[in-house]
Amino acid sequence: MTGPADTAGPEARPAGGLSPEALAQARELVALYPEPRSALVPLCHLVQAEHGWLTPQAMVEVADLIGVTPAEVLGTASFYDMLHTEPVGKYVIGVCTNIACLLNGGIELLEHAEERLGTRAGATTADNLFTLEEVECIALCDKAPCLTVNWRFFGPLTHDGFDALVEDLAAGRLEGEVPRHGILNRVRREGGLRVAREEVLAERAASDQALEQRKAAREAVEKREQAQQGQGGKQGGKGSA
Amino acid sequence: MITDAAPIVTARLRQHADSHTLERYLATGGYRALRKALSMHPEDVAAEVSKASLLGRGGAGFPAGRKWSMLRPNPVRYLTVNGDESEPATFKDHLLIECDPHQILEGSLITAYAIGAAQVFIYVRGEFALGLERMQSALNEAYRYGAVGRDIFGSGFSVDVVVHPGAGAYICGDETGLLESLEGKRGFPRIKPPYYPAAMGLYGEPTVVNNVETMSNIPWIVLHGGDAFASLGEGSSTGTRLFALSGHVRRPGNYEVEMAKTTFSDLIHAPVYGQGLRAGRTLKAFIPGGASSPWFGPELVDLPLSQDEVAKHSSMLGSGSVVVMDDTTCAVRAAWRITRFFARESCGQCTPCRVGSGWLEKIMRRIEDGAGREEDLDLLLDVCDNISPELVWPPQQTTICPLGPSIPPSIYSAIRMFRDEFLVHIKDGACPYA
Ligand SMILES: Cc1cc2nc3c(=O)[nH]c(=O)nc-3n(C[C@H](O)[C@H](O)[C@H](O)COP(=O)(O)O)c2cc1C
Ligand code: SF4
Ligand code: FES
Repeated sequence: MTGPADTAGPEARPAGGLSPEALAQARELVALYPEPRSALVPLCHLVQAEHGWLTPQAMVEVADLIGVTPAEVLGTASFYDMLHTEPVGKYVIGVCTNIACLLNGGIELLEHAEERLGTRAGATTADNLFTLEEVECIALCDKAPCLTVNWRFFGPLTHDGFDALVEDLAAGRLEGEVPRHGILNRVRREGGLRVAREEVLAERAASDQALEQRKAAREAVEKREQAQQGQGGKQGGKGSA
Repeated sequence: MITDAAPIVTARLRQHADSHTLERYLATGGYRALRKALSMHPEDVAAEVSKASLLGRGGAGFPAGRKWSMLRPNPVRYLTVNGDESEPATFKDHLLIECDPHQILEGSLITAYAIGAAQVFIYVRGEFALGLERMQSALNEAYRYGAVGRDIFGSGFSVDVVVHPGAGAYICGDETGLLESLEGKRGFPRIKPPYYPAAMGLYGEPTVVNNVETMSNIPWIVLHGGDAFASLGEGSSTGTRLFALSGHVRRPGNYEVEMAKTTFSDLIHAPVYGQGLRAGRTLKAFIPGGASSPWFGPELVDLPLSQDEVAKHSSMLGSGSVVVMDDTTCAVRAAWRITRFFARESCGQCTPCRVGSGWLEKIMRRIEDGAGREEDLDLLLDVCDNISPELVWPPQQTTICPLGPSIPPSIYSAIRMFRDEFLVHIKDGACPYA
């Protein structure tokens, strides 16, 4: 089964794996880190941009890219709430019920969402359009009660406002505002690192040396001044009137 | 002083809708501080920050200058900027990341220079999709402009910056959890000692971890001097600080105020800030510094927003978020929801935190649902005591990271302040506010 989140034609993406463009971006990401494994989470985000969730095939590809086993990818990814190990709907709606939202009707909004979508939090609608989640504080507390759709923020929302939002989403009226899954796919890093590691080390050694020299020189001056002060008695100390 | 002036970190974003662009940043004096810093000796840059006595804005309030000075000498050093902001009711870094990413970047570059780091990682909470886009765009612009990369502005100093996304885990906000996450692992906090970031941080190398707002203050400090910064505020609370005000106020939002010169009451009631409670409502309690901090009652509303003053009353300014609860609030429900947050976000490494948080959540839930027993109150406090002995402030820690001791405050605050309300739930077998 492939992710139901795909909006482009099926020919555009391989069954469950990374597309050639995503693979190219993945290689760039791996090259940014001193250790390839650091790219694990970013690569998972790339996979989700394509499929909405972490397909088994993609996890194998991620594992190969960073030199770990697929089990390690799964074992790490399962720690993170944003990384889905099961298929999700086209739109993942996360309603916040944490303290600021709770005080402003967040739990009631979640209950309304469950009723309106006909699904419980944590599940996907039968038409694969919506996955509903209860989320922790999304740092939009001044817009409580609030929610995210594919990590685009909306709030404060009345129950009617929620219904209108769902209708707009279902009718495809918010495609620009709410892109499909993924958080790294709209802005790409331009180029890789500019400073080679060997250069850094050489530069650092040189600057550390210079620093030491300057410090030694300064200390010598200070010592001399202290010696002079010691002879001339205490002058203009901090506490002098 | 109750004014709308935003002297430091929010000045630009409040005046300009395009404050996130390089064009606007340069037009409003951006990257001047970096040029100035690069003309100074790194140690002198660090000295200015020490003079400013800038306290970390991530929650622990540790002086930034002192943190930098603790870095183990080593050819490779890293700077990691903490933009994971997930403390409930905290939403200031979200604003800074989306609306002034260049300011964060400039502060980070200056810091990298001051501490001799050749690589910077800006860890941005994964949920901040727009923030990640803005941060990466700003970085792309800065590379093109020559503020990042090789031989910055011809100074001979070189540094690379990587914007790294999180993926939804509160515990990755803890500095060592963050470093684990940045290494591509589960965000399990590390045991200290030996894993103090300054000694053994990212990939085992000495690392400074600083908050996004902390970094945002650096350019101003370099331009105006540490003394100018230290002249704002009072005591150890210098400069300005962003407070995220939420809950039952008319105008929730982020407000930058001079430290120690403004009170909680000003923040809640002043026309330029929260504009008070809704009509006919009275203040029941407020949380002074994020979900991890002990609550205050209305009698403490005139306390100044000062780290020392709040500590004197056994709480903290923490992450700078103030949650207002009016008289319609059920204290049991509020404390239960906060407890459930910690129960969900506990990483599970330490038994008192993993098991204790689950128990506490269940007991709180059954009281709220009307199925509680009177003995539950003692049981709650007993379990809390096992996580953080004596329930004193500052809390004692039996766990690897401070998340564990962050669980009890909302529970013991609610019990100490609103014991009657718990008893009504238990006696009536229902929530009186439902
Ligand atoms: C459970 C937990 C969550 C934390 N979350 C954050 C966070 O989201 N952002 C942050 O800057 N600091 C957070 N901290 C504090 C960091 O560990 C660290 O003290 C901070 O990033 C240091 O930066 P500062 O000195 O500039 O404040 C958290 C700490 C704990 C224990
Ligand atoms: S205190 Fe809790 S969150 Fe922190 S390391 Fe222990 S189990 Fe994990
Ligand atoms: S509590 Fe809901 S966004 Fe912060």
